[in-house]
Amino acid sequence: MLSKREKELIIEIWTRLTPVADRIGAEALLRMFTSYPGTKTYFSHMDITPRSAHLLSLGQKIVLALAEGSKDIANLMTSLAPLQTYHAYQLRIQPNNFKLFSHCMIVTLACFMGDRFTPSSHAAMDKYLSAFSAVLGEKFR
Amino acid sequence: MVEWTDSERAIINDIFATLDYEEIGRKSLTRCLIVYPWTQRYFGAFGNLYNAATIMANPLIAAHGTKILHGLDRALKNMDDIKNTYAELSLLHSDKLHVDPDNFRLLADCLTVVIAAKMGAAFTVDTQVAWQKFLSVVVSALGRQYH
Repeated sequence: MLSKREKELIIEIWTRLTPVADRIGAEALLRMFTSYPGTKTYFSHMDITPRSAHLLSLGQKIVLALAEGSKDIANLMTSLAPLQTYHAYQLRIQPNNFKLFSHCMIVTLACFMGDRFTPSSHAAMDKYLSAFSAVLGEKFR
Repeated sequence: MVEWTDSERAIINDIFATLDYEEIGRKSLTRCLIVYPWTQRYFGAFGNLYNAATIMANPLIAAHGTKILHGLDRALKNMDDIKNTYAELSLLHSDKLHVDPDNFRLLADCLTVVIAAKMGAAFTVDTQVAWQKFLSVVVSALGRQYH
């Protein structure tokens, strides 16, 4: 359950990150791949070395999707429907991995924003990423 | 037994060398109580936890945060036997404090985020890996004596 203020904080953060979406997304992914090597198994077809074009492009897609979703959180089930199908039927990612990515995204935000990543922002973002992950995993079974 | 490379030992020692226990301890515990409010259940005797502002201003919580962080010193000094170092503390958390051990992971994550925020770009990918490995060993040791 997100309060009005929390929704504002979330939008504020993603708006600030949109211009550097590729960098932020790539860093979060890289942190995840290095901390949790099992997550690399889904990317054997890509070059996920640091600063690779694949990594930046994928990172950008993810951050932009997160930013877009934050604009209308109440309707995530509708706006994410195509991504739900994609993750469930094509990618078939083990759902626990969403948590691992969310954690690494939060660490990336902390590094990027320092003190501005206040406990309230952290709480709001954690809730948003959990909700986003839950919606993405809806069609898994 | 957990194997530590020289690089991992160096990274972890470096983080502790410049750590402000009071600042980081306070920030980590308050962040945990705010981001994961169910953890407040263990702090009924700690005064006002009404909202984020009061939690962050609460001196009892701040002091406890410092205490927790100093507790990590023991793991740092005994990196080759963290499991046994925390056997007694594990029993305490299980039998006396009745803390759900899954919450240790949450506090560890908050500590990671606070340190990441403090170090910024210096909290590199490799730093994160070593640090998280250290904390996961601590968390595992703390949960080990539960029965």
